[in-house]
Amino acid sequence: MKIYNLPDAHGHFGPYGGTFVAETLIAALEELCEQYEHYRNDAEFQAEFHRELKHYVGRPSPIYHAKRWSDHLGGGQILLKREDLNHTGAHKINNTVGQALLARRMGKTRVIAETGAGQHGVASATVAARYGMECIVYMGSEDVRRQATNVYRMKLLGATVVPVDSGSRTLKDALNEAMRDWVTNVENTYYIIGTVAGPHPYPMMVRDFQAIIGREAKSQMLEDYGRQPDALIACVGGGSNAIGLFYPYVGEENVRMIGVEAAGKGIDTHQHAATLVTGRPGVLHGNRTYLIQDENGQIIETHSISAGLDYPGVGPEHAWLKDCGRAEYVAVTDEEALSAFHTLCRFEGIMPALESSHALAYAAKLAPTLAKDQLLLVNLSGRGDKDMATVAQQSGISL
Amino acid sequence: MNRIASTFSSLKQQNRKALISFITAGDPDPKTTVALMHQLVQAGVDLIELGVPFSDPMADGPTIQRASERALKHHVGLKDVLALVATFRETNQTVPVVLMGYANPVEAMGYANFAKQAHEAGVDGVLVVDYPPEECAEWVQCLEQWDIDPIFLLSPTTPQARIEQVAKLAKGYVYYVSLKGVTGAAHLDIDSVNRKLASLRTYINVPIGVGFGIRDAQSARIISEQADAVVVGSRIVEEIEQSSADNLLNNVGQFVQSLRHAIDGTKTDNSLREADS
Repeated sequence: MKIYNLPDAHGHFGPYGGTFVAETLIAALEELCEQYEHYRNDAEFQAEFHRELKHYVGRPSPIYHAKRWSDHLGGGQILLKREDLNHTGAHKINNTVGQALLARRMGKTRVIAETGAGQHGVASATVAARYGMECIVYMGSEDVRRQATNVYRMKLLGATVVPVDSGSRTLKDALNEAMRDWVTNVENTYYIIGTVAGPHPYPMMVRDFQAIIGREAKSQMLEDYGRQPDALIACVGGGSNAIGLFYPYVGEENVRMIGVEAAGKGIDTHQHAATLVTGRPGVLHGNRTYLIQDENGQIIETHSISAGLDYPGVGPEHAWLKDCGRAEYVAVTDEEALSAFHTLCRFEGIMPALESSHALAYAAKLAPTLAKDQLLLVNLSGRGDKDMATVAQQSGISL
Repeated sequence: MNRIASTFSSLKQQNRKALISFITAGDPDPKTTVALMHQLVQAGVDLIELGVPFSDPMADGPTIQRASERALKHHVGLKDVLALVATFRETNQTVPVVLMGYANPVEAMGYANFAKQAHEAGVDGVLVVDYPPEECAEWVQCLEQWDIDPIFLLSPTTPQARIEQVAKLAKGYVYYVSLKGVTGAAHLDIDSVNRKLASLRTYINVPIGVGFGIRDAQSARIISEQADAVVVGSRIVEEIEQSSADNLLNNVGQFVQSLRHAIDGTKTDNSLREADS
């Protein structure tokens, strides 16, 4: 692979990414680009970021060898990067800490965020409380109904949760509404996007903050196993946990990178969120990327059992990694993910998030085809406590 | 000279300002759209901006979002919008029509394919909200090949360097967004609009239309003193939303006529009848 130095100065990853927004947002994005460029190279900023990751988030997160499960599967060894052990229970906090520190340096007193399942909303509300900023979280009214516990968590943390009634009343509509807020209140407001999508510089910036996952993994693998894994596996909705793990490995050509999307009820059913596997390129939410859309270019509602993967777009860097063949993208169904969820609970005493269960489900398919000395590193991006009600419901149990 | 240029040039000769109206194609239903376009013309509109419905209208406020949703219930796509323009052109060859919408429907059709079909339908200009100048060199080329004007937005926060960049690409007219926020918002600061317009004219050679936040005859009149064109959207869409099928054309006509008179400084004469097509 040639030297990888993307995105370009305007946020392009090959034909993907860019800044596809209304003129009213351009000045805000230019300010953000300028400030981020400054602080990403600022030793004091980076030192504070890493101090917060260590003492507030609880990093580094360990790599755990799921030996009993690996033995059961009877093939390669499955290793888990334990992002579920972070403060607030997922990788999302890596990014919100980074962006909140940036917002503070930019003199913004109000932060806004969009959320689907509520994980990014909780991570945003958390850092807003930590740094004393006002926090507004936009959430589709359908998701507000489905994720009542997370709504309450955000409120306990002092955030205002605004239900969004437009469109499909889910994540994409929450994102639309957050953009509208930002356009209107651009002077004092910082928009914390939760994934590697959106206009430049978000895909790059969120990647940079999440890349701590892959950088830690690289040194931990060397230290604990004396070598790098044969493959990385991570779930992909917008793709922030996956890019966080993949990015430091892009130049390591012997390491396969596998992104796992949500096949929902099956990729031939129209009830899925497998954007890279089934979609085609287009423009949404500020960037050019693969999208799930109809023949008229309208965005189609997606489905996944895991709200965090239920998004019709995907980060533009994943679109590029797919096209140039550096990463592979596959999809697993709701049912396969649920089965992996239960298996990890029983074999390892770890309750994974339903999002991460998609990565686990693919690992369970791949491991038996590998030799016993081969290593699969799976990003266990979050813990499953938030999914208890969904899982119970699937098993016909009411809590 | 294309329809947009000749419209502005003849208005200038008469020392009048343009009234631009926005409606969403297919709102409240596709069969009303062409009749509504003729009614707008009859009531005094000089140029029609026709919204292309999109599932995720990020830059629009609730009123135009709802219009988009109503149109999408009838599955009105970009091809249907072009067909509506072609029907309008059967009986009107003079009033310019500018399509206004979001990038993805155009991406799905393909630039070259879209430009050719839009030209054949009789479209005069296109404003894609989420194609800022730095992302659309190829797009602008395709449009120009078919004599369609690329229309761009400028905002109160647009820095000078970008104004110069837009000035190089813009054809037809530029659309100055008169306030921060989304379409239909309510806080218009007329003094700051006027100051900004004066500075824009240093760079921009095409006419300047002002929109976002113009809600009544009075604000239309004040804006028209400095702007070359007044753009009214959400307020017209509200009339559509609040009208029944029976009085929709009449209500929209009455409202637009009041804007026309305010801009021209003439009195309402109630002579308007519904357009008969």
